[in-house]
Amino acid sequence: MRAADTASARDAASGGAPLLEVVGLTTTLVATGASVLEDIAFTVEAGETLCVVGESGSGKSMLALAIMGLLPPAIRIRRGEIRVHGEDLARLSPAEWRARRGRDLAMIFQEPMTALNPVMRAGAQVAEVLRKRRGMTDDAARGEALRLFERVGIPNARARLSAYPHELSGGLRQRVMIAIALAAEARLLLADEPTTALDVTIQAQILDLLNDLRRERGLGLMLITHDLGVVAEMADRVLVLYAGRMAELAPVAALFDRPMHPYTRALLASIPTSEGPRTRLVAIDGAVPAVGAMPQGCRFRPRCPHADARCEAVPPLVAHEPRHHAACWATAPEDRAS
Amino acid sequence: MTSEAPLIEARSLAKVFHRRRLFAAGATGLRAVDDLDLAIHRGETLGLVGESGCGKTTTGRLLLRLIEPSAGRVMFDGHDLTSLDASAMRRLRRRMQIVFQDPYGSLNPRMTVGETITEAFIIHGIGDRTERQQRLNRLLDRVRMPRTAASRYPHEFSGGQRQRIGIARALALEPQFIVCDEAVSALDVSVQAQIINLLQDLQQDLGLTYLFISHNLAVVRHISTRIAVMYLGRIVEAAQTDALFAHPEHPYTRALLASVPVTHPSHRGRRLRLEGDLPAATAVVRGCRFAGRCPHVEDRCRSVDPELAPRPGGGLVACHRVADRTLPWSATHP
Ligand SMILES: Nc1ncnc2c1ncn2[C@@H]1O[C@H](COP(=O)(O)OP(=O)(O)OP(=O)(O)O)[C@@H](O)[C@H]1O
Ligand SMILES: Nc1ncnc2c1ncn2[C@@H]1O[C@H](COP(=O)(O)OP(=O)(O)OP(=O)(O)O)[C@@H](O)[C@H]1O
Ligand SMILES: [Mg+2]
Ligand SMILES: [Mg+2]
Repeated sequence: MRAADTASARDAASGGAPLLEVVGLTTTLVATGASVLEDIAFTVEAGETLCVVGESGSGKSMLALAIMGLLPPAIRIRRGEIRVHGEDLARLSPAEWRARRGRDLAMIFQEPMTALNPVMRAGAQVAEVLRKRRGMTDDAARGEALRLFERVGIPNARARLSAYPHELSGGLRQRVMIAIALAAEARLLLADEPTTALDVTIQAQILDLLNDLRRERGLGLMLITHDLGVVAEMADRVLVLYAGRMAELAPVAALFDRPMHPYTRALLASIPTSEGPRTRLVAIDGAVPAVGAMPQGCRFRPRCPHADARCEAVPPLVAHEPRHHAACWATAPEDRAS
Repeated sequence: MTSEAPLIEARSLAKVFHRRRLFAAGATGLRAVDDLDLAIHRGETLGLVGESGCGKTTTGRLLLRLIEPSAGRVMFDGHDLTSLDASAMRRLRRRMQIVFQDPYGSLNPRMTVGETITEAFIIHGIGDRTERQQRLNRLLDRVRMPRTAASRYPHEFSGGQRQRIGIARALALEPQFIVCDEAVSALDVSVQAQIINLLQDLQQDLGLTYLFISHNLAVVRHISTRIAVMYLGRIVEAAQTDALFAHPEHPYTRALLASVPVTHPSHRGRRLRLEGDLPAATAVVRGCRFAGRCPHVEDRCRSVDPELAPRPGGGLVACHRVADRTLPWSATHP
C-alpha cells in the first residue's frame, strides 16, 4: 500500500530517530525578550501518545504552535531544536517548514471552524490535500476522500462530502479535521484540546478514533488537554508544563501513582473524579504568573507548600527513575538536591 | 432525603421555541423542554446532566420563571410561580438566583464590583448607605474577595475572581435556591476546585438549595446529592448520586457514564460507545425518545412513551425494559 510505503521510507531515512524530538526549546516575546517557553525537551515516538497538561497560560498551545512553525508574530524561537524524523525544523525557511506541515505533521484544534474553510465543501477540503500532497487526480481524490470520511466514522459519508463546515456538528467537524490530517499522511498529529468543546459521548468517540489511528498507522500523537481524565484514558507519557517550564515528564502510570512535582500532586488533588470517595477538593491558591512577571527561581514557588530557600534557584530537571523526570528541589533524589 | 414537600417542583413543564423558517409555510416548534417532571428538596444539590441541546439551561430558566413555560407548572415553596402576578413574582424572585458560566458576559463592565453587588439592594429598597456597605463587605468576605475589590471593575479580575463576584451578587438578597448553570465549566482545574469548595461551604453555612447544571460528570458527581439525567427535553432517570453511578439503569445513563474518562490509567478498557448525535427536538416523537440510539430497543419502545417509574434501588427511571426487568445488566456496556 502506498501510504505504508512512503511512511516507512521516511522512517528508514531518519535512521531510527524519534518521530519528534524537541531539544532545549526556548521561545520569547519579540518585544521584551521575556520567555514564554524555557528549555523544553522531550520526544514522541511513532505509535506513542504524549499528553501535555498544565493550567491555562502554562504554554501548551505555544509549544504546539512552535512545533508547527505557526507561532504568532509576537513570539519567536530563541534557542533549541525541533527534530522531526531527525531533521531540525527550526533551521528551515518558513517555506520549507510549510512544506513539512501536512506532510510530516498536522494539527487539530479545539474549534475546527477556525481551521476549516467555511465556504468550501468538507469533501473538497480533503480532496484538495490529496491532490496537492499526493498528486492524485480529481477522480482518485474524490474516491479517497470518501474512504477517509468513512474511516474517521462520518455517518452518511457520501452525503457529508458535499456539506459545508457550518452544516456539520462539532464532533463531525473534528472528524473532518482528522480526515485532512490523514489525507496528507502526517505521521505526527498535534491535537490542542480537540475534545474540550464536545459532549462526553462525542469526546469518547473521537478519543477512540485517535487511538485506533495511532495503532493502525503508527501515528505519534501529542495531545494537549487540561482534563486529567483524558490523560488517564490516552497517554503513554505525560509532560506537565508550568509557567512555560517543564515541571514533570513521566510514564502515565508513574505520574498518577508517584507524582514527584508538588504542582503535579496539586493538580491531581484538585480534580473531582468519577470513581472513589467524594472527599473535599484541594484547591491550589493563586494563579499561574504572567509572561514577563515570573518569580525568580522555581516558578511554582509562590504557590508551593514545600517552598524553601533552595527554591530561589531554578530547579534542574532530574531523573527519579529512568524515564521519570521532575524539576523540584524538595523532591529531588538526595544526591542531586544537596 | 427529607420527607418535607420539595422546595421547588416542575410538573409537566414544557417550552416550545417557535422558529420562523424562511422558506417554509408557518413555523416549526422546537420542543426544548417537553413534559418534564422534577422535584428539588431543601438543602440538596440536584445535578442536571445530559448532552448539549437537551434542554438543561431552558429548564433552569423555566424554574426561575426567567422565561415563560408553554405548558405545565412550577411550584416554589408552595406557590405556583406560573400564576403569580408581577409584584408577587418580584417578591419571590429574591429567594431564587442564577450563576452563569461566563462571569464576564454576565457582569456589567461599566459598573464597579461594589455597584454590581449592591444594585439589588437599591432595586429592592434594602437598607441605607451604611447598611448596604456592611452587607457588601460581608458578601465579599463570604466569597473570599478582598474588600478593596469593591471599587474596581470586572476586567481587572481573573476568571475565578469574576465567578466569585457573580456568586456574591447572587447571594446579595439571601436566596434559598440557586441555579448554577455551568458555573465552573470555563475555569481552570485549580480555580474550579476553589469555586466548588466555596459553593459547598456556602451551602453548609446558608442552607442553600442548588440546581447544578454541568456537562462535566465528574464535577456533578462530586457536588450533587442527587442527579437527574435529561434526554431530549425530558428527565429519563433520577437517583441519589452514588446509586446512579454504581448502578445506572436507563440505557442512556449507562452510555453517558461509559463515556466519562477513567480516573486512573490502569482502569482503561474498551467500552461500548453511544453512536450518533442527539437528534433534533423538532419532530413529534412517538414512543421513547431514546429509541433511535438505544441498543436495547424493542417494538413497543417505538410506539409507547415510557413514564417515569420507581427505580430499583431508589429514584425514578423511564424505560419499559427496566420496568419489567428484561434489560441485561452491565455497568460498562450501555
Ligand atoms: N500572541 C501572544 N502575544 C503575547 N503573549 C502571548 C500570545 N499568545 C499567548 N501568549 C502568552 O503565552 C503564554 C502561554 O500561552 P498558551 O496559549 O500557550 O497557554 P495554554 O497553556 O495553551 O493555555 P490554555 O489552557 O488557556 O489554552 C501565556 O502567558 C500567554 O499570555
Ligand atoms: N431562545 C431560544 N430560541 C430558540 N431555540 C432555543 C432558545 N433557547 C434554546 N433553544 C433551543 O432549545 C434546545 C435546548 O437548549 P438549552 O440551551 O436548554 O440546552 P442545554 O442542555 O443547556 O445545552 P448546552 O449543554 O449546550 O448548554 C436547543 O435545541 C436550543 O437550540
Ligand atoms: Mg491553549
Ligand atoms: Mg446550557
